[in-house]
Amino acid sequence: METSAQNIADISHLVTQYQAVPGGLLPLLHAIQGELGYVPESTVPAIATGLNLSRAEVHGVISFYHDFKTHSVGRNTVQICRAEACQSMGSRQLEAHAKQALGIDYHETTADGSITLEPVYCLGNCACSPSVRINDDIVARVDAARFDELVAKLGASQ
Amino acid sequence: MKFYIPQDTTALACGAEAAAHALQAAGIEPVRNGSRGMFWLEPLLEVDTDAGRIGFGPVSSKDIPSILDALEADASSHDLYLGQVEQIDYLASQQRLTYARAGLGDPVCLDNYQALNGFKGLKTALAMTGQQIVDQVKDSGLRGRGGAAFPAGIKWQTVHDAGGSAAADKEPCQKYIVCNADEGDSGTFADRLVMESDPYQLIEGMAIAGLAVGATQGYIYLRSEYPVAHKLLDIAIERAEAANFLGDNIQGSGKAFHLEVRLGAGAYICGEETSLLESLEGKRGMVRAKPPLPAIEGLFGKPTVVNNVLTLAAISTILEQGAETYQNFGMGRSRGTLAIQLAGNIKRGGLIELAFGVTLREVVEEYGQGTYSGRPIRAIQVGGPLGAFLPESQWDTPMDYEAFAAIKAMIGHGGIVVFDDTADMAAQARFAMEFCVVESCGKCTPCRIGSVRGVEVIDRIVANENRENNLILLHELCDTMEMGSLCAMGGMTPFPVRSALAHFPSDFTGQGRGDN
Repeated sequence: METSAQNIADISHLVTQYQAVPGGLLPLLHAIQGELGYVPESTVPAIATGLNLSRAEVHGVISFYHDFKTHSVGRNTVQICRAEACQSMGSRQLEAHAKQALGIDYHETTADGSITLEPVYCLGNCACSPSVRINDDIVARVDAARFDELVAKLGASQ
Repeated sequence: MKFYIPQDTTALACGAEAAAHALQAAGIEPVRNGSRGMFWLEPLLEVDTDAGRIGFGPVSSKDIPSILDALEADASSHDLYLGQVEQIDYLASQQRLTYARAGLGDPVCLDNYQALNGFKGLKTALAMTGQQIVDQVKDSGLRGRGGAAFPAGIKWQTVHDAGGSAAADKEPCQKYIVCNADEGDSGTFADRLVMESDPYQLIEGMAIAGLAVGATQGYIYLRSEYPVAHKLLDIAIERAEAANFLGDNIQGSGKAFHLEVRLGAGAYICGEETSLLESLEGKRGMVRAKPPLPAIEGLFGKPTVVNNVLTLAAISTILEQGAETYQNFGMGRSRGTLAIQLAGNIKRGGLIELAFGVTLREVVEEYGQGTYSGRPIRAIQVGGPLGAFLPESQWDTPMDYEAFAAIKAMIGHGGIVVFDDTADMAAQARFAMEFCVVESCGKCTPCRIGSVRGVEVIDRIVANENRENNLILLHELCDTMEMGSLCAMGGMTPFPVRSALAHFPSDFTGQGRGDN
């Protein structure tokens, strides 16, 4: 377990960087998550003090947005698009397969800490559905076999 | 010979990077252009030859050696040969204004943009007064392309006039231009294509908007699901600043406009303009009550133009080619061109820019060539997750804001999602409610609670539990959501639900997909 003192030290340079930016909380949270992989609960007081907000306000923002995580996630994030265009091409079957193949539900991480599975609502790749995002790469026309291939590649790259 | 392999999201998702590597392995450095929007052909390899710019697609890395061989002998002998790219019927029959430059070259090459008439509109605008620019936009008949179709010129006039000339003795009022690039509707990618294939056009449109209303700061609120667009926009803004198309002294005019990209965080509701403004201010994306309109009290309480990517992109065309040219496209009160996005279960999906008025059937059958699965089309959802499901009897409706409103449907942002005959419309209706559960901002009860109850009631109907009464309940719930919600999220979620019920009732009998 990380200590909270460590986390506060980790983000103080970021708080300084975004302190004077108008509406800087979202960019700051993105920056923290970019560095730590998530926004630890223990960083909230430092964020609140730095941006002159209440802790409740900071917590409210973190919990509002799907992107912000308050606990550590897998080394890779795999998102399956659940929106209509992908559904029309079989994403419901794909998500069932993915959950079964990985042995986890949405918002969960595989036991080896390799993959966190998340739903996403549209990746803007709707003419070549179903779409999956693996970290920052979007992959088109993913069926069950292709999904297994992509996941195997993630395992091999570690 | 010059080679082109796109770097847009769809091309990359289909394997463009591997194809580019295969070219590099053969000693060829391809230009990484944007996509033309013919997504069923991605990755589309284009080659500038003596015979014009020819295409091959969709290519994989394995195809590269044989294509290079064919180019030495007879290119047309290759299986993936498409002929001259601009002669492909899908592209040749379009009326491209906003996408005229898409796919031609490196999207972040400033010289390329200027060689293709880029920044001419901005230079014209620099010589005009704010009011003259606003008048041009009014004359063009441009309506907001985000979905609500509000006349852009009227919105701009309000922001132009806000802050008052009567207060001439005071400091000039800070105003903002906000670009809504939170393109969250399923089946839409038109904004993404502008940002990834022609980002300077958006930058130019925003700078012109700033000059028109007297705003010196702009924000592009971009969804986090678009990492490629984010990268390209950041590069383009940096280069536009370096070349003085943005900054404190645009082209030596003494006029200032600054631009910044702000990333969303995965909330669909932030595509609603007031929720977007809250988010930009660093808050939860809770919808605001209107009035006050954002044009009067918008970002940080200041007068703000909030326009969609396509609206702002069209501005550079209007200023470059004149309001009249733009106004000559379209029908009725829908002027200019519409960016139609053909998606879902479709053979030839992609971006189709046409004047308003083309019918849905023409788009789906002629451009789309039917479903990807080869099965008959059952339903078409137009306008994103809040749009109605249209049965075949409605496919001859012309794509025009008023014609769609007349059948209780909407064009919205122009996305078309096609479903084949395996689609279960009760499941789709349930999903519409479920999506509202996940994405509601929670401010108003009809949306926050109504959607949860909606899922439950649909489940009961499908399970044949007290069926007749639950159908009545569902309609009453839809009435409450439509009339009592603060914004379109709760107010329009009933559209897909009601259209599924009206046109595909047998799907709701618990037997799965029915036969209507």
